[in-house]
Amino acid sequence: FTFYPRRAQDTLSSSLCHLVYPTHLLANFFPFEKLESMESIGVLMMCPMSSYLENELQKRFNPVRFWNFPVFLETHRNSIRAVVGNASTGADAELIDGLPKLEIISSFSVGIDKIDLGKCKEKGIRVTNTPDVLTEDVADLAIGLILALLRRLCECDRYVRSRKWEYGDFQLATKFSGKSVGILGLGRIGTAIAKRAEAFSCPVSYYSRRVKPDLGYKYYPTVVELAQNSDILVVACPLTDETRHIVNRHVMDALGAKGVLINIGRGPHVDEQELVNALTEGRLGGAALDVFEQEPHVPEELFPLENVVLLPHVGSSTVETENAMADLVVANLEAHFAGKSLLTPVV
Amino acid sequence: MESIGVLMMCPMNSYLENELQKRYNLHRFWTCPEKSVFLETHRSSIRAIVGNASVGADAKLIDDLPKLEIISSFSVGVDKIDLGKCKEKGIRVTNTPDVLTEDVADLAIGLILALLRRLCECDRYVRSGKWKYGDFQLTTKFSGKSVGIIGLGRIGAAIAKRAQGFNCPINYFSRTEKPDVGYKYYPTVVELAQNSDILVVACALTDETRHIVNREVMDALGAKGVLINIGRGPHIDEKEMVKALTEGRLGGAGLDVFEQEPHVPEELFGLENVVLLPHVASATVETRTAMADLVMGNLEAHFAGKPLLTQVV
Repeated sequence: FTFYPRRAQDTLSSSLCHLVYPTHLLANFFPFEKLESMESIGVLMMCPMSSYLENELQKRFNPVRFWNFPVFLETHRNSIRAVVGNASTGADAELIDGLPKLEIISSFSVGIDKIDLGKCKEKGIRVTNTPDVLTEDVADLAIGLILALLRRLCECDRYVRSRKWEYGDFQLATKFSGKSVGILGLGRIGTAIAKRAEAFSCPVSYYSRRVKPDLGYKYYPTVVELAQNSDILVVACPLTDETRHIVNRHVMDALGAKGVLINIGRGPHVDEQELVNALTEGRLGGAALDVFEQEPHVPEELFPLENVVLLPHVGSSTVETENAMADLVVANLEAHFAGKSLLTPVV
Repeated sequence: MESIGVLMMCPMNSYLENELQKRYNLHRFWTCPEKSVFLETHRSSIRAIVGNASVGADAKLIDDLPKLEIISSFSVGVDKIDLGKCKEKGIRVTNTPDVLTEDVADLAIGLILALLRRLCECDRYVRSGKWKYGDFQLTTKFSGKSVGIIGLGRIGAAIAKRAQGFNCPINYFSRTEKPDVGYKYYPTVVELAQNSDILVVACALTDETRHIVNREVMDALGAKGVLINIGRGPHIDEKEMVKALTEGRLGGAGLDVFEQEPHVPEELFGLENVVLLPHVASATVETRTAMADLVMGNLEAHFAGKPLLTQVV
């Protein structure tokens, strides 16, 4: 098997629990009462994502850890009735076809671009995600990215720690308050970002599939027009076939050398190759990115640039929110297997 | 006006320097090799001083300049100017309020987000290539946490407005209670710290507010609380803060100011629960230009016999 260590705590839990003890013996270590009918339900976890979630699944179901024992799948394919995926690993057509008893995919994320929804609809497989519980964290991060970029917070912190301040002041940065913010996608997250930007007296405009007149923000019918009329462009829509590379060269040129791009959506929303060119050639003012096309790979041309902020996909990565997301994943699975209504169904 | 001597205390802004150069007889104090000789020679021609947050005008300097009429500070904080002496001698003092309020408030929120969400650590993590080997650890949420503000003046109120955008309940300590604002008032800083997840220093530095954040306050804030300083370094007992952080008694700190700038206690460099900025709260092109225009506007008004724009004394 290939062991992919993710977080230190997952490494510890995985190595102690799952390399040393077979999964069925582990059940005896947990004092919790398992629902008699559910503990034999095979739940395939696609990758390490949260040790809290793993523990909660362990208490109730029979989790199979894909990343530890991919070969296990052959033996267990008929017992797996649920898949738990996340933003990096979902369920493609091949996996779905390989699990004849699959009934539900519960994603530990709000974005479900890594799940073949068409295949799920075809086979009557339910899909759930984790909306709302992570909205605030992601919106907070969008504002954090804007401030870090415009005010050069990370550069400044580096400047102090390297003792350069003793030799001179840091250069002037640029103001955030009052700058125009253009949001691509005005769903839950986009709206939460807009609300926060308003507290900084920023005029808010947006592009969306449909106009939303009640919100009082200015609508632009194309992304290029939105970019032309915004100082700060924020990507906050779901990733679908239509929105792949929605931020392309035209959009970046429209944003221009004084404009900045913020991405808290998905890497493929932005034409990353064009982005790197635009930044290194000075045609785009700056970019603050939490997501990339080939995570965890980040184009190295970006590393020496001081007009970029680079984060390792941490939009919802707080203790509070990951626990809430895990609870939602488990609750959806429980509801499904108890024959009750799903809490947050997508399909 | 070219014969009016204006003494600029330190390099602060080249746009301001150029504007002063055009209109007055500008003396750059930091370029004088023998300051006492300089003062001897020029004392009778200097009618104005331009200072900033780091260098102002103490009693001795004011006494050495018999023709001094006005001190125009390129800052909103005037703690480096001997206001008592100015009042005594009828010397006017101006500062740069309002134009920098938004930038400073923005930075306070930036410090909170950078600290709680470990933005600088995360950026370092990506640039060092570590992301290939594993995810960054979980951090802690900002939205909804209680924010306690010391000082609810222009800047404190602007911080409160922004924090409300993140659904944060707002508490404050101030010299006088402000019933109209709708935030919760605490009569002591310790009680404010006890009841806040995030404590922000946003008051003026005076004799009363020196070390207003002391050991007791930091203990009240505790291992889950964080401290944000966009005021002045001496607001916080820095030695105690370093101990509280290194001993884990204080959850974290986001600091733009220090007691002995540009010196920063090196014990802080190894900590990942601090964010350290080089006094940049008003350091944007837009705001420094506006501040410079205000300094110029005040000087012009004074020498033209018109009312000052932003008078402190």
